[in-house]
Parts: sequence; structure tokens; C-alpha cells
Amino acid sequence: MATETFYEVMRRQGITRRSFMKFCSLTAASLGLGPTFAPKIAQAMETKQRTPVIWLHGLECTCCSESFIRSAHPLAKDVVLSMLSLDYDDTLMAAAGHQAEAVLDEIKKKYKGNYILAVEGNPPLNEDGMYCMHGGRPFVEILKEAAADAKAIISWGACASWGCVQAAKPNPTRATPVHKVITDKPIIKVPGCPPIAEVMTGVITYMLTFDRIPELDRQGRPKMFYGQRIHDKCYRRPHFDAGQFVEEWDDDAARKGFCLYKMGCKGPTTYNACSTMRWNGGVSFPIQSGHGCIGCSEEGFWDKGGFYNRVTNINQFGIESNADKIGGTIAATAGAAVVAHAAATALSKARSDNGNQAKSDQTKGGK
Amino acid sequence: MTVNIGIKAEDETAAGKTIFVYEWPVRLWHWLNALSIVILAVTGYFIASPLPSLSGEASDHFLMGYIRFAHFTAAYIFAIGFLVRAYWALVGNHHARELFHLPVTSRKWWSEMLHELRWYFFLEKLPNKYMGHNPLAHLMMFLSVTLGGAFMIFTGFALYGEGAQEGHWSHTLFTSWLIPLFGQSQSVHSWHHLVAWGIVTFMIVHIYAALREEAMSRQTIISSMINGTRTFRD
Ligand code: SF4
Ligand code: SF4
Repeated sequence: MATETFYEVMRRQGITRRSFMKFCSLTAASLGLGPTFAPKIAQAMETKQRTPVIWLHGLECTCCSESFIRSAHPLAKDVVLSMLSLDYDDTLMAAAGHQAEAVLDEIKKKYKGNYILAVEGNPPLNEDGMYCMHGGRPFVEILKEAAADAKAIISWGACASWGCVQAAKPNPTRATPVHKVITDKPIIKVPGCPPIAEVMTGVITYMLTFDRIPELDRQGRPKMFYGQRIHDKCYRRPHFDAGQFVEEWDDDAARKGFCLYKMGCKGPTTYNACSTMRWNGGVSFPIQSGHGCIGCSEEGFWDKGGFYNRVTNINQFGIESNADKIGGTIAATAGAAVVAHAAATALSKARSDNGNQAKSDQTKGGK
Repeated sequence: MTVNIGIKAEDETAAGKTIFVYEWPVRLWHWLNALSIVILAVTGYFIASPLPSLSGEASDHFLMGYIRFAHFTAAYIFAIGFLVRAYWALVGNHHARELFHLPVTSRKWWSEMLHELRWYFFLEKLPNKYMGHNPLAHLMMFLSVTLGGAFMIFTGFALYGEGAQEGHWSHTLFTSWLIPLFGQSQSVHSWHHLVAWGIVTFMIVHIYAALREEAMSRQTIISSMINGTRTFRD
């Protein structure tokens, strides 16, 4: 196990050299690298020792795994799975029970400081972490132990990256994203609910082949997939710029595929690769299927108001209201106050004018 | 010396006496700023809540594009104006500094603020005379124009930089740290809206107060922002 290279693992899995080379080109392309990078990836995979990956599951729905195993290019999935499944993923691996936990211990010892820890879901911290148990122990403990000797951590999906639905207000279990629990390791966030399969395989292949983490933005997301908003590459953008919007779900504009901005599309505030890579092997993505983006890869997207309003509700004010309603009310109140004040001024002036004719003359006479 | 508050030497504020207050850059900035705020508020509203959908081919229209263009152009005028105005606070006369300086440690300033408030609640017969802003106006101006304006410039360019993308100065200077600070872009949008409404509210009060002061106070107000001079009436 220790001396095998990626290439050897793949060959052992029955992948032909031709398929292997195709995979390398595909990976280079999906990572946005030039064609000259394909042989470099191939060479890296032929010579480098396989990096083991431990894949842990916390509080989650497993949609990230579901997405991952449906990676468009069957090869990408096979290749990456062959790198992964040998190690530890309690959903995908064959071993179970004590046998499985023994594997986990073995990897941690054998590859101390060299393995990648991939986390799907997050640890709940309330009640000493009892809301999520793993082999009879709180998940947060398992996570901390596995993280201690890991080289780097991948936070899969909105759960591990931001907290997602289980961390939505009032967050009864105190579900907490990984980076708030593990603070001393490089963490790569791959948000989305779930993330796109090709983004997941892309990130993990990059790390396995180049032996370093991809370039991240300030929030810890790989720039190559999260550098642009859905809106920046949306194929409905011309309709947005033209001012052509779907006003109702079944109107003519909806049939014509106009922009979904007025239906609450979160494309303008969401960083993800859906509008470029699309889903299900590039077949489509939510907007192409006629529904606005709900901003699933953004921090706290459950708590940022409705999926169907553009100006969303802000709950800090204790009432269900959006910025424009609150602001409009304040401005209107100010307008009314001004009118009332003007009336009061006129009244008090008239009164003082009556009372003091001399002063009134002076006021009128003065410039 | 930096701030001029209260009644100064009697002869300076004697009836009919005219003094020079607002230099031409300040006056020009005031009106350009007013214009850009109106454009920003109107176009901003229509960016968030667009006009009814247009039919036909997308290539026949560019309505949203033009509205956004107007918003961004006005935003540049607003922001550059803000910078030039800040510069003028350094090199202009002491009235030009009021916008960027609050004499919060001056007990007199606060007590006159109270007097001004009482005047607005009809509890005082006569307001004080001022060469520049009265303390209440001064505070409002600082909160809305200086702080509110800076906030709108920061959040505005952070949102602009999202579209301009990495490598653009607005992305480097604002987007790169402001979006993470708020958590995500949607919250920045919400705050940009809230403060915009705050500025609209300020405008309503400001225009009313200027008209009212023109009629009721003891010095000229509106003409001062046109010809730069202030005349005392009593
Ligand atoms: S559908 Fe959404 S992402 Fe696409 S152009 Fe309209 S607002 Fe932007
Ligand atoms: S379009 Fe938006 S909501 Fe849908 S998967 Fe992509 S980021 Fe998530």
C-alpha cells in the first residue's frame, strides 16, 4: 500500500493507459490548465506515491457523496474513487464496525502528517457533541483526532464549509462548520448543497497530483471554481441587461427563458461554477431548468431570506421585512414628520406674529 | 479655531452683515453631490426592483444595462467628489472642515445642540446665529454625508468589484475584504439598501430644514450655498 503510485492503483483497478491519459487531459482542462499540463499530471500520477484520503461524515444528508459518485466522466469517478475507497469512507468502503475503525487508526499512524482529511457534514457542539455520534463517540472528537495528523482538510459542501441547514437559526444542536473547530490546518472549502461532482473531483485530483492545495480566495474556496458568480457566466444574462424578466412562473417570459432576477434568483450574489460547468455531466443547471439560483454555496444561505425575493428579508430587526420596506417606512415617516413640523411651525409663527406685531414686521422686512 | 460655533464677535453677526462662508469648490461639490445622490437613489431602486419586463429580442434592448451604467457613473461622481471634498477640507477655509470634524469634546457644542433641538421642538423663542452649521445640522451632516457616504462608497464599490472581478482595483480594494467581512454578498446588498434609505431620509429632513431655516432663522441659508455668502438678519 505504501509504495504504490496513483498510476499503479488505477491499472490495478483495470483502467487502461489510454483511459488514464484521457483522464489527465480532462483534469487539466477542468482545472483550467493548458494542454501542456496533461503530461505533467500523467507524470505526477505515475511517479508519486498515492496520497491516502480519509473521508469523514458528520451531521449531513450525504448529498455530497451522492454528487461525487455521479461525476460526469465515469473515468474521473473511477480514478478518484480508486484512490479514495481503499482508505476510509464509512459510506463507500466495504469494511464495517471494528474492522473499519481499525483501518482509520492504521491510516492515521502509517501516514501521519501525510493524508488528506475530507469532511462531509459538520460537528454539532451542544450537549458535548452528542447530537452526532460516530462509532459510539461524539463526532467532534473523531474529527479533532483525524485532523491532528492530517496534511490538509477539505470541507465538502455547505455543511462543512458554512453550517448549512442544520446550523440555520436557531441552530439547536450548535452545528459548527469545520474551520471553527479545527483552526491549525489548511482548510479548503468546497461549498454547495451539494458541490458539483466535477468540482469535487477537480479539487481532489489537483491536490493529489500536484501535492499542494489549489489557490484559495479569502474565504478559503478554490479560486478556479468559486472565483466568479453564477450571474457573471449565466446564459440568461443578456435578458438581464436588456431588462427582460420572468414576472410569474407561468408567463410568456418564463417560456422564453428570460432572466429570473425578479423571481429571486441569487445568481448575482452566489459564487459557484454552475453556470460554467453545469450539472449532471454538463446537461443543465437550475437556471437552465427555469428556476432561479437559491445561493446554496453562500454562507448562511438558509438565514438570508426567501429564495423567491431579490431584496431579501433581514431578520435582525425582529420582524419579517426587507431593507427596502424598512428604509421606505423610515423615509415616509420622515416625510410625514416634516409636513407635521412645517404645519406646527406655521401655527406657532402665526401665533407669535399675532402676539408681537412689531417683531413680525421686523421678520418680514428683513432680507 | 477649527470649528466656528455659536455667536462670535458681535460685529461679525450684526444685522445686515454679510460674511463669506462657502468657497466655490464646496458649493460645486454640494450641488454635484445632490444630483448624484438623486440619480443613485432612483437607479439603485430600479436595479433592485426592475421596471416591468420588456418583450422582443434581448438584442433590441439594454435597459438594465443603461440603468446600471447611470448608477455606476453617478457613483464615480459621488466617490470622486467625496475625495476632492475631503482634500478641500485640508486646504479650504475652516468651514470646509466641518464635514470631517465633530467637536465632540466641546461642552458648548453639546449645550448648543440641546438649544437647537429645543428650538425645533418649539421650546425656544429664538435660535442661535451661526456662520457655518448649527451643531444639530453639523451632527446630521457628519452622520449622513460623511459616514453614510463613506459606507455607500465602500459597499458600493465592493458590489461593483464583484462584477468587475479579480484584478480590478475595486475588487482588490473593496470586494476582497468587504464581502468576507459581511459573510456574503447578499448581506452587503441589504446594508447598501438600508443606508441608502437613511441618506434619502436625511435628504428629506435636510431640504425641509434648509427651507425652514431660510424662513425662520436669523441668517440666510439657501442662497449661501449658491453665492457662498451668509447674511445676518438681526
Ligand atoms: S437568471 Fe439569475 S444568474 Fe442568470 S442573469 Fe438572471 S439574475 Fe443573473
Ligand atoms: S445554481 Fe445556485 S443554488 Fe443551484 S446549485 Fe448552483 S449555486 Fe447552488
